[in-house]
Amino acid sequence: MPDTGNRLSELLTTYQAQLLAAWITEQSESLSDRSDLIKESELTAQGKEFLGLLRNAVRSGQLHDIQGSEWDPVRDMLAEVSRGRALQGFTPSETATFVFSLKKPLFTHLQQEVGMDAKALAEHLWVITVLLDKLGLWTTEIYQKSREEVILRQQQELLELSTPVVKLWDGILAVPLIGTLDSARTQIVMESLLQMIVDTGSELAIIDITGVPTVDTLTAQHLLKAVSAARLMGADCIISGIRPQIAQTIVHLGVDLTTITTKATMADAFRVALQRAGLTVSRAQAKA
Amino acid sequence: MERIPILRMGDILLVTIQVDMHDRLAMALQDGLTTKIAQTGAHGVLIDISALDIVDSFIGRVLSNISLMASVLDATTVVVGMQPAVAITLVELGLSLQGVKTALNVERGMQMLRAVIGTASEEGEDAGPED
Repeated sequence: MPDTGNRLSELLTTYQAQLLAAWITEQSESLSDRSDLIKESELTAQGKEFLGLLRNAVRSGQLHDIQGSEWDPVRDMLAEVSRGRALQGFTPSETATFVFSLKKPLFTHLQQEVGMDAKALAEHLWVITVLLDKLGLWTTEIYQKSREEVILRQQQELLELSTPVVKLWDGILAVPLIGTLDSARTQIVMESLLQMIVDTGSELAIIDITGVPTVDTLTAQHLLKAVSAARLMGADCIISGIRPQIAQTIVHLGVDLTTITTKATMADAFRVALQRAGLTVSRAQAKA
Repeated sequence: MERIPILRMGDILLVTIQVDMHDRLAMALQDGLTTKIAQTGAHGVLIDISALDIVDSFIGRVLSNISLMASVLDATTVVVGMQPAVAITLVELGLSLQGVKTALNVERGMQMLRAVIGTASEEGEDAGPED
């Protein structure tokens, strides 16, 4: 058992070039249809770096626990590789193949070295397999993590993108809502609307729900909350863009919106807003 | 003990809350304000809470009560300058201060008060010098 480390580091030193070549071939074969995503030169560079780091780590003699400090450089390098591949659009299996495809070339050379001693060969193989499996699983873990990070970031961006507060006129704001209104989004909408009311000193806000697919009691309650909060600050709200189906649902659900000015379209709401601000819109010239 | 000053500007009482409102201070304000309204016969009360960062349900209720009490004493109350965070908190607490007039800032609040009580006071004050 203890000599597997020495044997492996010897192998990695002696056959570095051959191992690398065979490994790259192995990888290129399994990634043959993804040649557009990664260049062979890049594969070679990554392979070379990994083999070097692996050799250093193996020399430390600690083959059973890859969480130790000796394995830090290897883990960091693998993390970087899988993060890169996750962003490049590789599948998890393709990413894990990076480590797993090292097995074949490594085992071939190991067999040549050890020769006919079946028992020793089996022992070496077992240790190395466990080690490489651990490293492979590590890449998958990092891959998963970086994908989750991407998803989280996109969710955040979506939230920010989908809740703009627009200034329509001096003292008139508009909030076009698109997508389902849940508590988290209402909170963001409310905060940005109220902040904008303070910043611009607007007294009127139009909340347009044309892009809200369904309105249930909870959504209506969220809307009412936003309107109440704006009112507390001294601004009035008009809700516009209520589609016929939604008007029907609201009445069937028994939601009371009578305390709020509601309009069918944004244009109607804007007209009311201008009226309240004491403004009129007129044609500059008579139509020819 | 610290006190919240109540300033008189003609027909309007002006209250600016510049310190953290604790419960006893709020009660003192409620007391002082109602007394002052009765004394001066003011028709408008403007409460500026733009410096108020933290509210709880008690303060919210006191604000609402002050407004109701003032209206019993024939004075209109406008609460101005509420911070977004305070507004959200009050709504989440279920206190939407129904019946309390609100405005964005002191200037708008004054306009609002003048519009409400203007006619009444003009009759009283302007009539004097002209006659």
